[in-house]
Amino acid sequence: MIYLEKRPQPARALSYVTPLLAVLITMVAGGLLFAILGKDPVEAIRTIFWDPVFGEFAFYYRPQLLVKGGPLILIALGLSLGFKAGIWNIGAEGQYIMGAVAGAGVALALYPLEAWWIFPLMVIAGALGGWAWAMIPALLKVKFGTNEILVSLMLVYVAENFLKAMAIGAMKNPEGFGFPGSRNLQQYPSAHNTEIIAGSGMHWGVAAAFIAAIMAYILLNRHLLGFQIRLTGEAPRAARFSGVKPGRLVLFCMGTAGALAGLAGMFEVSGPAGQITTGFNVGYGFTAIIVAFLGRLHPIGIVLAGLLMALTYIGGEAAQSTMQLPAAAIQVFQGMLLFFLLAVDVLTNYRIRITLGEAA
Amino acid sequence: MTGTLLEIVGLTKAYPGVVANDDVSFSIGEGEVHALLGENGAGKSTLVKMIYGLVKPDRGEMVFQGKVYEPAEPQEARGRGVAMVFQHFSLFDALNVAENVALGMANPPKTGALAEQIRRVSEQYGLPLDPWRLVGDLSAGERQRVEIIRCLLQDPKLLIMDEPTSVLTPQEVEILFATLRKLKAEGTSILYISHKLEEIRALCDEATILRLGKKVGTCTPRDVTAAQMAEMMVGSELHRPEREATTPGEVRLALKDLSVASPSQFGTSLKNITLEVRAGEVLGLAGVAGNGQDELLAALSGEITSAPGMVSLDGVAIGNKGPAERRRRGLLTGPEERLGHAAAPNMTLTENALLTGAEREGLMSSGFLKWGKARDFASVIIERFDVRTPGTETAARALSGGNLQKFVIGREVMQRPEVLVVNQPTWGVDAAAAATIRQAILDLAAGGAAVVVISQDLDELMEVSDNFAALNEGRLSEIKPAKGLSMEEIGLMMGGAHGMEVAHV
Repeated sequence: MIYLEKRPQPARALSYVTPLLAVLITMVAGGLLFAILGKDPVEAIRTIFWDPVFGEFAFYYRPQLLVKGGPLILIALGLSLGFKAGIWNIGAEGQYIMGAVAGAGVALALYPLEAWWIFPLMVIAGALGGWAWAMIPALLKVKFGTNEILVSLMLVYVAENFLKAMAIGAMKNPEGFGFPGSRNLQQYPSAHNTEIIAGSGMHWGVAAAFIAAIMAYILLNRHLLGFQIRLTGEAPRAARFSGVKPGRLVLFCMGTAGALAGLAGMFEVSGPAGQITTGFNVGYGFTAIIVAFLGRLHPIGIVLAGLLMALTYIGGEAAQSTMQLPAAAIQVFQGMLLFFLLAVDVLTNYRIRITLGEAA
Repeated sequence: MTGTLLEIVGLTKAYPGVVANDDVSFSIGEGEVHALLGENGAGKSTLVKMIYGLVKPDRGEMVFQGKVYEPAEPQEARGRGVAMVFQHFSLFDALNVAENVALGMANPPKTGALAEQIRRVSEQYGLPLDPWRLVGDLSAGERQRVEIIRCLLQDPKLLIMDEPTSVLTPQEVEILFATLRKLKAEGTSILYISHKLEEIRALCDEATILRLGKKVGTCTPRDVTAAQMAEMMVGSELHRPEREATTPGEVRLALKDLSVASPSQFGTSLKNITLEVRAGEVLGLAGVAGNGQDELLAALSGEITSAPGMVSLDGVAIGNKGPAERRRRGLLTGPEERLGHAAAPNMTLTENALLTGAEREGLMSSGFLKWGKARDFASVIIERFDVRTPGTETAARALSGGNLQKFVIGREVMQRPEVLVVNQPTWGVDAAAAATIRQAILDLAAGGAAVVVISQDLDELMEVSDNFAALNEGRLSEIKPAKGLSMEEIGLMMGGAHGMEVAHV
C-alpha cells in the first residue's frame, strides 16, 4: 500500500523543484483539457508558453509581460507577508480598486493643473487607499476577532460597486458624451504613469514591483520583523513566547498588503488602463494569490511566478484569438496551476512510501 | 504465582535510524507485578506498544496463557485480556465519567447500568469516582482512575501501566499502590513501567531493565538498592549535582497576590500567588500537572499580563510588560512544551537561538539580524550543553526530545539571566543530561541569579531547591525550606489525595 511518511525535516531542494513540477503537470493536464475541447494540445501549449516570448509577434508580447506581471508581483509580494504569518488577506482585489480610485481621484480633482508633484501625490494616495481598505478587516480582526478571510473577501464586492458608482457618478468624464468612465489619465501628462523606457512595458509600477521584491527579501531574511512574521506562521505560541505582538503583526501585514495592492491599482489606472471604468479590475488581486503560492511566498520566486502567470494571461489571450479557445479554459488552466502546486507541495514535507502487504 | 502468563522471546523492532527494541526476552508470571525499567528512549514504550497490539514487531514472538499471541490491533489484545493505562489520557473533557468509559467499549450498556458498574468497581478497589462528574473538572489523579476503571471493567489478565505516578501526589500514589496490590492478590498480573526506583522497590516482584533497546539485566527490586538499579539503567555511575552553600541576597523576583485567568477553557486560573525569590536561591514548585504550572510560567514570561504590581523584578513592577521587555530586564523563562512553544519545530537551531536570544546576545542591530553571530550563539549552546545534532542548520523538530530540551534550556542559561523560571526542565531527558541541566541551574544560582524550578519530579526538586512550595488548583502552598521536608508533608502541600478522604483508605 502507499502511504505518506513525514520527513524529519522539510526537503529544501524539493521546495524549489515543486513549482516547476507543478507547471509541467499543469501543461500535461491542460493539454488533455484542450484535447478534449478538440484543439491540438501541443499547439495550444506552444501558443500559450512559447510564442509570446519567442514567436513571430514576440516584439508585441514581451512588453505586455511586464505590464501584466508588474501588478501581479506587487500585489503578491504584499500578500506573501501575511500568508507567511498565517494572516489570510483574500481581498487584494478590493484594495487594488480602492488604490486606483484614490490615486485617480487626486488626479481628477487637480485636473487640468500641471505640476511635478501630482504624480508622487497620486502614488501616496494610491497606497493609502489600499491601506485603508485593508485596515477594515485588520482592525476588525484585532479588536473583535472576526475572520479576515471573509471580511476582506466581502469588501471586494463593496469596492467593485464603489468603483462602478465612481465610474458613472462622481468621476465620470464631463466631456465624455455621457459614457461611463473617467477622463483618460494618459492624456494628462502630470498624472500619466509613463514607460520609463519607451516601448519596453517598463512603467513606474513595474519598477516599484522590483524595488518591493528587494525590500521584501531584505525584510524577510535580514530583519527582526520578517523573522517574527515567519515565526508566527510556523509556531504562533512560540512567537508569543518570543515577544511578538500578534495584533500589531496583523496590522502590519494587512496594511502592507493593502498598500502594495493600492499602489498596483494606482499605477494601472494612471498607466496601461488610463481611466476609471466599471470594468477596471480584471482579477489581478485574486490571481496574485496563486502567484504568491507559486512563488513559494519567496520574493524572488514571486517575481518569477508573476512573470509566468503574466505569460499565461498573454498566451491565453493569444490562444483565444488564434485557436478560439474559450476564456474559461484559460482560467481553469491558471486554477490548475495552484491546485497542482499545492498537491506536489505535500512532497516537501512528506515522502511517499510504497510497501507490500500491511503497513506497520 | 502459579505459572507464566506472558512470555516474550526475542522481540525486535527497528525504526529508520534506530533500533527501538533489540532481541528482548522476558516473562511475566500470573499475579506478578513486573517492572520495566529504563531511561527515556530505552525502548520501554515500543515494547509495551507491541504487547498491546499498537506496533507490530519485526521479529520475535509472544506466548500468552500458553497460546501464540500476535495482536494485530489493541482490540484483539483487549479481547485476550490485556489492558493498558496510558501516560497521556485519552478522555474527553466535555463528557462525564460514565460517557467516557462507554466510548471505549464495544457494546456499552445503558449509561445508568454502566454508572452502577463503575461505582461498584471503584468501591471494590478503593478508587472513589463519581460516574456523573464531568471529566474536565477532575484532577489528574482522578482522570487516571477513570482510565484504570475503564480497564478493570474488562476484567484483564494483564494490566499495563505506563508511568502511572508521574501525575500523582504521594498520597495518591499510596492509593494507587493499594489498588494494584489488591489486583495482584486476585491474580491479575501487572506490567509496571517507570523510572522511579523507590516505587519499583515498594511494589514490584521482578524487574527487567532496558538500555538503548536492549535488555541489560533483571533483578528482584526488593533485594537490591535503588543505586544499584540506577547504575544498571544508566550503565555508569551517576554524577549528582553539587552546590556550594550560599547566603541568599536581595529579593529579585516578587509576586504579590498574583491572580490571572487561564486563557484556556479547562485551564487553571492562578489565585493570589505571593512569593519572593532572592539572589542565589532556587525555589522549587511542585504540583500535579494541570494545577496552574503553565499559567504561572506564562504569567512570568509575559505571555499573560497582569496588574503591574503583581510581578516585580528587582523592585520594579513589570506585571503589565510583555515577554520582550521582561527578557530585556533579565527575567528569562523556559516553558514545558518544547515543540511549538519554546521552539519553532520547522525552524533551524540558529533561528531558534534568535527566538529568545536576539536582543540579550546582541544578535541584531537596529532591527537587522546578524546571522553569523546567531549561528555562533547556537554553536555555543550546542557545545556547552552537549546537544546531539548534525549542526546549527538542523530543524528543531529533527532533534530528539532530550536534545531539544538541552538546547532550549541552554539557550536561556547562556543568556546570563537575573531570574530564570523553568517548567519541567529535565522532562524526557536522560539521566546524564538531566544532571548537566540541574548543575547549570545551580551554577546560575551560585552566580547570584534567582531561579524558580517548576517540576512534577519531586526527586529533582529536592535535589536542587533551597525552598519548596506546591501549586494546587492555582493556589500556592506555604513556602518551606526544602531540607528536612518529609514526603508526607510534601504530599499535603500538593493537596493530599485529590477528591477523596485519605482516612478512608
